[in-house]
Amino acid sequence: MVVRTVPAAERMAGRRRLSAWLHERPRLRLILLLVPPLGWMVVVYLGALSLLFATAFWRIDPLTSAIERTWGFQNFRTLVHDSVYRVITVRTVGISAAVTVTDIALAFPLAYYAARVAAPKARSTLLVAVTMPLWSSYLVRVFAWKTILSGGGLADWTTRHVLHIGSLQLGASNWAVWLTFCYLWLPFVILPIYASLERIPGSLLEASGDLGAKAWTTFRRVIWPLALPGVVAGSIFAFSLTLGDYITPTLVGNRLFIGNVVFNFVSGTANQLPLGAAFALVPVAIMALYLLVARKLGAFEAL
Amino acid sequence: MESRAARILLRAATYVVLGFLYVPLLVIVIYAFANTRGQTWPPDGFTTEWFSVAFRNHAVRSALWLSLKAGLGATALALLLGTAAAFAVHRFRFFGRETIAFVLVLPIALPGIVTGLALSSAITFGGQVFGLSFGLLTIIVGHATFCVVVVYNNVVARLRRMQSSMVEASMDLGADGWQTFRYVTLPSMSTALMAGGLLAFALSFDEIVVTTFTSGAQTTLPIWIFNQLRLPRTQPAVNVVAMAVILLSIVPVYLAQRLTSETGGALPGAARERNV
Repeated sequence: MVVRTVPAAERMAGRRRLSAWLHERPRLRLILLLVPPLGWMVVVYLGALSLLFATAFWRIDPLTSAIERTWGFQNFRTLVHDSVYRVITVRTVGISAAVTVTDIALAFPLAYYAARVAAPKARSTLLVAVTMPLWSSYLVRVFAWKTILSGGGLADWTTRHVLHIGSLQLGASNWAVWLTFCYLWLPFVILPIYASLERIPGSLLEASGDLGAKAWTTFRRVIWPLALPGVVAGSIFAFSLTLGDYITPTLVGNRLFIGNVVFNFVSGTANQLPLGAAFALVPVAIMALYLLVARKLGAFEAL
Repeated sequence: MESRAARILLRAATYVVLGFLYVPLLVIVIYAFANTRGQTWPPDGFTTEWFSVAFRNHAVRSALWLSLKAGLGATALALLLGTAAAFAVHRFRFFGRETIAFVLVLPIALPGIVTGLALSSAITFGGQVFGLSFGLLTIIVGHATFCVVVVYNNVVARLRRMQSSMVEASMDLGADGWQTFRYVTLPSMSTALMAGGLLAFALSFDEIVVTTFTSGAQTTLPIWIFNQLRLPRTQPAVNVVAMAVILLSIVPVYLAQRLTSETGGALPGAARERNV
């Protein structure tokens, strides 16, 4: 025991000296803390992103089929002139918009109920109930819809034997893609709308009523404008997540979306990395535009 | 405030939407026990046979093992990097401090295919220059990149709530910087670290797009499921694996929620990071 205390004391004195030495050098401490995470993000991620961005301006040598590092806009020209890519872009943006609008319509009543009607205990249960599906494996949730919508599945059974309207044959269609996306991103839309509704002071609604506004007028003139930042914040998730996804269209759809085309360009034997990189920038550019508009509407305060 | 009719309508709509959210998950659980070869409804009967079939499947076991290794590796890296970034942002004022959170959230805010494609071209490029090859290591690197932000957000939130008087008292009582960190700061952060780590693990365990681009020929559990789902006829074992995956991703998240529930909970905030 006695023998061991001496080196321990020495070690402690050394540690104290080091700790005091570091204490006097806040810059060094900052650098030690900041270099690993920032270095990682810059080297691994921003480096990779810049490379991708550069690749979009390169081309494939038709003879050797290797990437030729000469700069030019030829990939973007192909994307603009070839009508196939226009159709796919319009389809992707259209489904994204449809998903966004549907999700807002589904999310609003639940968010309103949770924020302003439910008792506090029911409210927290509701929030956990909404968030849990979000974390239960993306792929499995797509699989669930594939199962439900496939021929002879639960959807067919319901329309045939409960509703008696025959099979709607939703499997592998744009309808299936739309429904699955709505399901996947719904919690992302509910949470920011809930947050913005919860923040509205009750006195505002009472004042509106006292001033003679009917329920609909109060909704239109008081609640909706105050909830709008939350609605826009939720729409960012639904829109951007649909825009870049290719797994769901692959599994439940039968048409190509931007993500599918990018994936097909870069995987397997296609060897079209520069064109794929250029097309991958399209959803990024659309989202950048969307975010600019969203910022004008004050959505970032509601995130 | 709201009329009785409006309350009843809102409540009904809430139940309908909750049904929409939970019926698909229920369907997965039912099919895991279903005694049918196809995915037809209703199932002919119930059996637990597919559980042993799935468990004996060598491909499933090795995919699960790879997913666990990748998840643990990515979580460990994310914990180190995220905590360091959180301390730097909380304790210091420096140029570009506000952009740190932005850079950290970028890998998860951009579409998965952009992040995945960027990483894969960087790995290919690195392969030509440094002899880097696709495998477990590149999966971990890719996953850690988008997991850092979850740890960062949890730790930063906890640091903001921690009283600086605790640290000052420790120093006044003669503790050195290391002792203060070890006996004061770390214990009060432990649940935030646990929560951040669990969420990072859940995120990594479920990730498919970035994995597709960084794994080379390796198969993680989500990739195994994806490959099975692309086949015209799904094996019944997939239903069992799907149910197991739901449980394996919900349990860590539930624990994370419990760990941080006294400080508002990790879930509502963490939901933002839950992009695919």
